[in-house]
Amino acid sequence: MSLQFLTYLVVGATFALYIGIAVWARAGSTGEFYVAGGGVHPVVNGMATAADWMSAASFISMAGLIAYMGYGGGLFLMGWTGGYVLMATVLAPYLRKFGRFTVPAFFADRYYSKAAAATAVICLLVASITYIIGQMTGVGVTFARFLGVTNEMGIYLGMGIVFCYAVFGGMKGITYTQVAQYCVLISAYTIPAIFISFQLTGVPIPQLGLGASLVGEDITLLAKLNQVVTELGFGEYTTALPGSKLNMFVYTFSLMIGTAGLPHVIIRFFTVPTVKDARLSAGWALVFIGILYTTAPAVAAMARYNLHATVSPEILSGAPLVAEGAGLLHADRPDWMKRWEVTGLLSWEDKNNDGRIQYYNDNSKDPKFAAAGWQGNELTVNRDIIVLANPEIALLPNWVIALVAAGGVAAALSTAAGLLLAISSAISHDLLKKIFVPDMSEKNELLAGKLSMAAAIVLAGYLGLNPPGFAAGTVALAFGIAACSIFPALMMGIFNKNMCKYGAISGMAVGLFITLFYVFAHKGIFFFKGTEYLGLIGGANSFFGITPEAFGGIGACLNFLTAYVVSKFTPPPPDHIQAMVENVRTPRGSSAVTGGGGH
Amino acid sequence: MEDQGKAYWFATLKLIASILAVWALVSYGFGILFASALDNISLGGYPMGFWWSHQGAMYVFIALIFIYAKLQDNVDRKFNVHEE
Repeated sequence: MSLQFLTYLVVGATFALYIGIAVWARAGSTGEFYVAGGGVHPVVNGMATAADWMSAASFISMAGLIAYMGYGGGLFLMGWTGGYVLMATVLAPYLRKFGRFTVPAFFADRYYSKAAAATAVICLLVASITYIIGQMTGVGVTFARFLGVTNEMGIYLGMGIVFCYAVFGGMKGITYTQVAQYCVLISAYTIPAIFISFQLTGVPIPQLGLGASLVGEDITLLAKLNQVVTELGFGEYTTALPGSKLNMFVYTFSLMIGTAGLPHVIIRFFTVPTVKDARLSAGWALVFIGILYTTAPAVAAMARYNLHATVSPEILSGAPLVAEGAGLLHADRPDWMKRWEVTGLLSWEDKNNDGRIQYYNDNSKDPKFAAAGWQGNELTVNRDIIVLANPEIALLPNWVIALVAAGGVAAALSTAAGLLLAISSAISHDLLKKIFVPDMSEKNELLAGKLSMAAAIVLAGYLGLNPPGFAAGTVALAFGIAACSIFPALMMGIFNKNMCKYGAISGMAVGLFITLFYVFAHKGIFFFKGTEYLGLIGGANSFFGITPEAFGGIGACLNFLTAYVVSKFTPPPPDHIQAMVENVRTPRGSSAVTGGGGH
Repeated sequence: MEDQGKAYWFATLKLIASILAVWALVSYGFGILFASALDNISLGGYPMGFWWSHQGAMYVFIALIFIYAKLQDNVDRKFNVHEE
């Protein structure tokens, strides 16, 4: 059976499974959308949350970025999991007790003002749309490879499919569909990792394989990888930093509080039956997320090693790595490279006309490269292809490759659809219906929702074609935006009962403005190419070497500070708001707030 | 009653602060700030700082949430504000 056919078959079968489950679950009860967690065990709910949460960035892009970043890539791992600890301790239980279904609704009540809700909607929209650009990049890569089309075509196809999927709608809210998606996604991620770990180290558990010795050699995988990459002029794998330690620190902080501030994640904890379950659900979600996230660094290091071993056969033969006539003959390249060349995401340019592939860091000043007749790096590999190409690089059976395709599609589609639903409800319900057009009919509300969804897809697709970066990097920006705007206001709403609407609104505005100002300086105004204004801020990463992806952490600190100062000079919130905050702090009476499972 | 409420909130804040102290220690501490120093210690085939950043911190995070859930539940019961 050909790989192409097998891919269609597996992807098709998983889709049939999701739709089947959705139909079956709907037949059971219709009004389940909001209480999806109602009758569901925290373990099952945690699994569904994990599927909801892990997007194209986690599945497709993250390991690829770690493979190139090495040690510094740990910021994605710690950032995107550490946020759950914050969520479980400072947000989820209290928001559950508060009992509103959307984040803007929380702002409207806690900060007793429509302006606060509108500010929250704006923050939510900017964060969600940025997040979807990242998903589109991921969808494009997946479709391009598995349908054998160019990356652009992949994005167009992805836009169409995401639109149908999101409009088809409710599917998203059904916990059991997400459980199925989780199962597909996690097996697609771990099965190849187990194979590859076993091939390389003889240890079938990737988390242990990463620290093990290579088969038939006396040297550990990590030590060997360090040798190979430093020989080729790259930074040492286990110590390479993303800019500076300070940048890594702020970047991690930004991702952590962004995780706890992203509306589509928080929403999951509004719907669990009790406050106690809200705490436990966060724990179970992190268990299921952790299975992928602890596997990812193994996938990353092993893929990096395998990639180098493929294009530099000298690594296995023991011949000198950097020498004349070193590198794989392009004519002898394996099939997977040919397949990826079609997408334009992998390319080769024979700079020294020797017909061989020289893959190294040509920014290195080491004269040995020129001495060996190497005239620049010849192979360009898009980082987003690493996970998808991984099973092909390791020559795994075709069914594994097909399974990975299905996993990538599941990850990208489920998250994109969830975000689009969050966008459409924020615009149609929280913004139009609640603030601007209170007498809007339900039909028009629905229409407004669909239109905003379509607009978001077109915008995200366009920006995905002019990508501001790799999927995980773009998604990191979305976390920065959530971090600088939403998280501080949520947290102060619970922990500082004197925080008033003036403080919260000015904090959000300052945090968002400063962060966007810094990000747009690097990436263009609203990510449109050609509108960067780096000169104005004094060059790239001018603020203590902080990269734009990491800047959300700084924005958040400014948000906290502004809100605190402003609240000192403005009237405190009315008594009933302060009493409400007191009430939110204790679990008892949680069932009264939303009616518990009584829907 | 007012005092009880204050004591409950104080106990809760204390618990959250200690959970977050460990959270910060394993990630920002072991995983980032002290990583280079810890790399001199080998853990299996891992340099230890690298291990905290790519593995260890995440295991601790998972454990922390369950420990927090259990301890917070104890506090809730002690002050009799738990859900019936």
